[in-house]
Amino acid sequence: MPLLSVRDLHTRYAVGRQVLRAVDGVSFDVAGGETVGLVGESGCGKSTLGKTILRLVPSAEGAIVLDGADITRLRDGALAPHRRRMQMIFQDPFGSLNPRQTIRTVLDTALRVHRLGDRGERARRMSEIVARVGLPADSLDRYPHEFSGGQRQRIGIARALVLNPALIVCDEPVSALDVSIQAQILNLLVDLKRDLGLSYLFISHDLSVVRYFADRVLVMYLGRIVESASHATLWRDPRHPYTRALLAAVPSTDPARKRGAPPIKGELNTTDLPAGCRFSGRCPMAVERCRAEEPALRPVGEGHHAACHFA
Amino acid sequence: MSLLAVERLSVAFPGQVAVRDASFAIEAGETLALVGESGCGKSVTAFSVMRLLPPNARVTSGRILFEGTDLLAEPPAGMRRIRGKRISLIQQEPMTSLNPVLSIGAQIVEVLRRHEKLSRRAARARATELLDLVSIPDAHRRVDDYPHNLSGGMRQRVMIAMAVACGPKLLIADEPTTALDVTTQAQVLDLLDDLRHRLGMAVLLITHDLGVVAQWADRIAVMYAGRIVEKASIGPFFAEPLHPYSRGLLGARVDVDTDEHYLANRLSEIPGSVGSAAGEQGCPFAPRCPVAQAACRQAPPPLLELDAVDTGARAVACPVSVAQTGGRHAAAVG
Amino acid sequence: MSAPDLSNAAPPAVAALADVGNRAAPRKGRRLRAFVRNPTFVAGVAILGFFVLLALFAGVLCPGDPQDIVGAPVLWPGEDAEFPLGTDSLGRDVLGRLVYGARASLLVGISAAAIGLAIGMVVGSLAGFFGGWIDGLLTRLIELFQTTPTFLLVVVIVAIREPSLQTIALAIGLASWPTVARLVRAQFRSLRESDFVMAARSLGYSRTRIIVQEILPNALPPVIVAASVMIANAILTEAGLSFLNMRDPNVVSWGGMIGDGRDQLRTAWFLTALPGVAIAFAVLSLNLVGDGLNEILNPRSDQ
Repeated sequence: MPLLSVRDLHTRYAVGRQVLRAVDGVSFDVAGGETVGLVGESGCGKSTLGKTILRLVPSAEGAIVLDGADITRLRDGALAPHRRRMQMIFQDPFGSLNPRQTIRTVLDTALRVHRLGDRGERARRMSEIVARVGLPADSLDRYPHEFSGGQRQRIGIARALVLNPALIVCDEPVSALDVSIQAQILNLLVDLKRDLGLSYLFISHDLSVVRYFADRVLVMYLGRIVESASHATLWRDPRHPYTRALLAAVPSTDPARKRGAPPIKGELNTTDLPAGCRFSGRCPMAVERCRAEEPALRPVGEGHHAACHFA
Repeated sequence: MSLLAVERLSVAFPGQVAVRDASFAIEAGETLALVGESGCGKSVTAFSVMRLLPPNARVTSGRILFEGTDLLAEPPAGMRRIRGKRISLIQQEPMTSLNPVLSIGAQIVEVLRRHEKLSRRAARARATELLDLVSIPDAHRRVDDYPHNLSGGMRQRVMIAMAVACGPKLLIADEPTTALDVTTQAQVLDLLDDLRHRLGMAVLLITHDLGVVAQWADRIAVMYAGRIVEKASIGPFFAEPLHPYSRGLLGARVDVDTDEHYLANRLSEIPGSVGSAAGEQGCPFAPRCPVAQAACRQAPPPLLELDAVDTGARAVACPVSVAQTGGRHAAAVG
Repeated sequence: MSAPDLSNAAPPAVAALADVGNRAAPRKGRRLRAFVRNPTFVAGVAILGFFVLLALFAGVLCPGDPQDIVGAPVLWPGEDAEFPLGTDSLGRDVLGRLVYGARASLLVGISAAAIGLAIGMVVGSLAGFFGGWIDGLLTRLIELFQTTPTFLLVVVIVAIREPSLQTIALAIGLASWPTVARLVRAQFRSLRESDFVMAARSLGYSRTRIIVQEILPNALPPVIVAASVMIANAILTEAGLSFLNMRDPNVVSWGGMIGDGRDQLRTAWFLTALPGVAIAFAVLSLNLVGDGLNEILNPRSDQ
């Protein structure tokens, strides 16, 4: 049984009089100890998908099953024990910490809300977690603004870990950090996964980071998964034209490896969806059929799915 | 004579020095990438060239020679004639750098009529041409659109159209694609590169992304904590970065073309954070540096010009690394 | 990768320990310095402090009932050493009445602001946090109160009940809460979407805890600024009411003194001018405090 199972999930926002289908029928599993990368351009719905799974944004349809329990419609009280099992790490190391709380308050409140341990046990747990994420021991009584961006991200990780979750949704956890700090945080996340047996849903727009970090990758485009494969397969044999375009657009640090012309034209347009395949408007190989008939996500190889008529 | 020569520039803010003793030159028609992490002083350097520093900043020393005239000595009126006409700036945030209540055409017309004697009608025709030049489809129709009608990439194209409207000799692009998606980034940077060739301008490209540098720049200057620590041509730099910080940056980056995966490879880190440079007497990178020696903590190492047989104009502020490369680079104090 | 000799950099724990360079000064000390260094704030606090001291020690400074007739009517300031600021038309000590007036004015100002803040914060935070139909309903309520002229509303409330100090404070508070409610609502609307509130929700915190512990402390700075201006406005409103004779007959207030002095405006102008100056300074000081707080608490000036 997978740790997390998402089935035909839909999330809709009202934007003025229009309805924005941010997540539009997404299904996937995350196994225990697995890192699933979720990659796509801004506005494709990947962040909303993460927040919907964590029940921070209401879903319109579908099911979220965590450890075999359907949590899609649970109310606050019944949801609380499941909240402990899944946590989130945010992109912005500045906005994700309450500026008026010390690190101790942040961590202690979480433990007290879930009635975990007495005063002494909580204190032990807090120093343990602070050391685990690589923060100095005297961090607990400091405020977020006293730390650098990379350290704040460590605090965010400590907060996500303190309740001992099984799944962590990482929403662009290194995008706001400098390159030299990115590597520190990614290495920390790898260590934590190995030592604590965590599963990650790793959301990022950065293909190179996802390539390094994920076991399996989902490529999202306008609310739908358009390709899913193991990390090795996806990079060796991308089937969807959008995946190929994304891969080709990432600049290489090898100056000799010049890119060709930009593979696709135009930009993501979230307001009006085309009929047929959502990518048909930008796709270099779209034909009449693509504009009429929406391709389903179908198997194209071992553990490899793509939503393209020509995959 | 270089198009732009920044000589020993230092810029201070109350309580901290943002740029220390920075020297670099840009030749006509080339792209120089100024690279570094947030707060390293790369944007402050660029804004010094434009003379658009915030009021609490002070240029404490140095000269900025543009076509032979010192911009720092230029009176405000002269600077206004240079800005937008001879030197232009593109900023990071295409969402806020356009005026939301004016059509994009009107904003381009404004720039044109400020610097060139053009009738309203001629300026409008030119604005449409410029939108066409930056590959905005249906330029004659979009000229009356307002910024909110456009996507992020389109707005950045409009910003580029405004920047190149008067045929500048130098375009300063401050993180021009950081706010854009990767597919859009490739399109916008290709456009910039194309315009550079067609209009014969030089580009000062400020970025933190080494992939962008490798693909779109001719030369690189790496900044760390307000100092330029390495200058090189792109080929030699990526083949063999010399400064330990440059090496660290390249090592810490995950490259999309390599087969690195977390199960097999651990990313190399640069330990610590840039904050450790504050109050450092010697080399600002010394507290994080794997090859630092006692001498590094004494005085900041000078930027050593390397003998440039196979390296192009190359300089590195690290005597330790220069010594390690042995006889291959005969160094002379620059 | 082209950086072979760096691939075994320090392990993460060591790395992070070195990462402590750019710590700012501890928050508390920095805040305090910001307060002391702000001239607007210091000037405001000095004047306000003077009035607060007057109000607190009124009984010590000027023993005796300020309503008592103690001397000859209409003595000019300086005319009689016993009454440095003279006496009014009934022969009551002007200095004593000014000192006791500070007490009444500040009391009305602070209690009215407290009432307004309490209602405004509850309404604003509920509307901003929950949104939807709750927000719609409460926003209509706010608009209803805001479209009624404040002073008229106060006059009506005071006219219905007898004009005691409590009624006046209550009336002013009831008329002034919509400003606070709007402010708090706007703060809550933006803060409830912030990442740290998302984090609190994902940790399973109750709504009450999120409102009280996570959002409210961050929503307070502009409210604190507004509060000082509210006190000033309440003092002005109370003065206006007293001038219209809608006042507590048993309490001396500055507005009441102006009202009493009205008939002697040409012959003994000091009877209106002195309490007028007192009101002006009190209101000014509160506005200065508000401006100073605005600069200090503004996150953009927090760098």
